[in-house]
Amino acid sequence: MSDNNIIDLKNITVEYDGEQVLKGLDLSIRDGEFVTLLGPSGCGKTTTLRIIGGFVEPDSGDVFFDGQRINGVQPYRRQVSTIFQRYALFPHLNVYENIAFGLRVKKVPEKELKVRVREAIELVGLRGFEKRHIDTLSGGQQQRVAIARSLVTRPKVLLLDEPLAALDLKLRKDMQVELKNIQKTLGITFIFVTHDQEEALSMSDTVIVMDKGVIQQIGTPQDIYNEPVNAFVADFIGESNIVDGVMLRDGLVRFAGQSIPCVDKGFEKNEPVDVVIRPEDIDVVEKGKSPLSGTVDSVTFKGVHYEAIVDVDGFKWMIQTTDLIREGEEIGILLNPDDIHVMKKSEYSGMFGDYSSFSDEMDTISQPDYDPEGESLPAEDEE
Amino acid sequence: MKKKSLSSRLVGSPYYVWAAIFIVVPVIMVLYYSLTDRNGSFTLSNIADLRLYADTLVLSVWLGAIATAVCFVISYPIAYILSRAKASTQRTLMLLVMLPMWINLLLRTYSWMTILEDTGIINSLLAKIGIGPVHMINTSGAVVLGMVYNFMPYMIMPLYSVMTKIGRNTIEAAQDLGASSLQVLCRVVFPMSVPGIASGITMVFVPCVSTFYISQKLGGTGYTLIGDVIDTQFTNNARNMGATLSLILMVMIIICMLVMNQFTSDDDEGAMLV
Ligand SMILES: Nc1ncnc2c1ncn2[C@@H]1O[C@H](COP(=O)(O)OP(=O)(O)OP(=O)(O)O)[C@@H](O)[C@H]1O
Ligand SMILES: [Mg+2]
Repeated sequence: MSDNNIIDLKNITVEYDGEQVLKGLDLSIRDGEFVTLLGPSGCGKTTTLRIIGGFVEPDSGDVFFDGQRINGVQPYRRQVSTIFQRYALFPHLNVYENIAFGLRVKKVPEKELKVRVREAIELVGLRGFEKRHIDTLSGGQQQRVAIARSLVTRPKVLLLDEPLAALDLKLRKDMQVELKNIQKTLGITFIFVTHDQEEALSMSDTVIVMDKGVIQQIGTPQDIYNEPVNAFVADFIGESNIVDGVMLRDGLVRFAGQSIPCVDKGFEKNEPVDVVIRPEDIDVVEKGKSPLSGTVDSVTFKGVHYEAIVDVDGFKWMIQTTDLIREGEEIGILLNPDDIHVMKKSEYSGMFGDYSSFSDEMDTISQPDYDPEGESLPAEDEE
Repeated sequence: MKKKSLSSRLVGSPYYVWAAIFIVVPVIMVLYYSLTDRNGSFTLSNIADLRLYADTLVLSVWLGAIATAVCFVISYPIAYILSRAKASTQRTLMLLVMLPMWINLLLRTYSWMTILEDTGIINSLLAKIGIGPVHMINTSGAVVLGMVYNFMPYMIMPLYSVMTKIGRNTIEAAQDLGASSLQVLCRVVFPMSVPGIASGITMVFVPCVSTFYISQKLGGTGYTLIGDVIDTQFTNNARNMGATLSLILMVMIIICMLVMNQFTSDDDEGAMLV
């Protein structure tokens, strides 16, 4: 990964029918980075990719490629290649010709073409499939053709729009590893769209969390997970208890009726804040051994741990623990200072992080189809 | 292929009855008349007499081919633009394409006569600006024009139908891989629309070759086509020769369809003919 930026988006705005779908997007992507755009359905991930690919012109703002402004440059002149949400392979061509397409239109000599197509086929493990017709391939194989077809043109940046969404879990995990390896081998920039937070965390150098056309946070997977900037990010990435609190002074926050030491600082005195506690960071102790305590509402066995919903001062917390606890039991809750993460209040405060109505079926609030406007629109079809 | 269950055969049976009455019986009758003489005894003389009509046959095929080609050249861009337009625009434009088909064919052809005649609309307009009368009616051009005008929707529709199936992403993928607009057209849109082209050609060529009315009205006596001859044979009670000519026309059409069906893939219902 180098230090110079391959892609810069500056104050990008996109409007459809008077509705802003990207609101002043600023984004820099370093050469050779694996970047993930993560966010709920309709938040503008595909639109952002289409801006970079050249299929959408921003209503305002600038797009830079390697320092050069490329607004208005036609897609076929950009050194960027896209893997579309539904692969978009050419049904009238076989595997070999699909992969060769980009070289044929650029009139690459036949000899070189053969070598490069062969390389690409090897890279994605499709040897022996050259003559196969596209519609005789499985989803995973089609995916590989799409990857090879893009890579053979040697793009500087590969845009991948939810490339794994249509694959089953097992294949998905394998492809995650494979994609990551390909990216490392070739050293080119991958901009990867997903609404699967686990996928984003495990694959990326940098994660960009978006919601409603606005970037919420940019950071390493660790940053995003450990230091979410607001309730939306905290909730979207993993499970979080998000509690109302007051920052008494640097290193001391008051919530659930107790003043508790933390490591966060830089807030106003007595500033209202959101406090994030990850369910897996909570230690369950005997009642009385910690100032915080609660009553166990329900316990679910999850294999590696138990998942309990605990009533703490009227607020329902989720706790993951390997200790056996029982419904109705009173437990003490022990938090180390670095288990607590304090965030400034935001428009998302109070919307997330309360498990009072939680059940496994209701897990959806933190999942892809969470709909910020509550209009519950079906996912927009691209075609 | 899987053996059909009894129930699925029963469901299909009305179709077979229908097919037997309206397809098989007429074909047998045509065969019978073409191989018999006026008195009903077997003869091959009708077949031998076909050579008398060789010129007419060639002319029919020739004009039909030209009309089909013209139709294709005009329809292809129209269908493409249609298929890429907004959904609401598509509906409106499609309606405009179909609109002429709601008017009777005879009426449409008569209108062209009044437009093309030596004293027709075009020539009276030309006369006003001092350009001498241009002879248009009763030329091969007029016949082709009539065919193109009347049968163009049959070309546009199958083309449009295959083109709407080419996803926006497929075209974008091609651009993304470096294809210019022309290359997208030649390497993606055109090959992907071959099934539609094949059915469009068949659906226009077949009625063009067998038409009898358009050529009479717009071509006068100089451009008698095979359809006209068959028409005359039957009205003059020379059924046997008429049947033979119909038979040869049918054979030609079947050959044309067989050839064209090579280009339509099995899974493309929208573009399939038979
Ligand atoms: N061509 C278009 N015309 C009108 N609205 C559009 C168009 N393309 C996208 N939108 C709207 O812009 C918003 C963002 O769409 P986008 O496709 O970028 O979302 P996304 O984050 O990729 O969602 P998903 O995860 O469902 O793919 C959506 O509300 C969508 O309805
Ligand atoms: Mg999308």
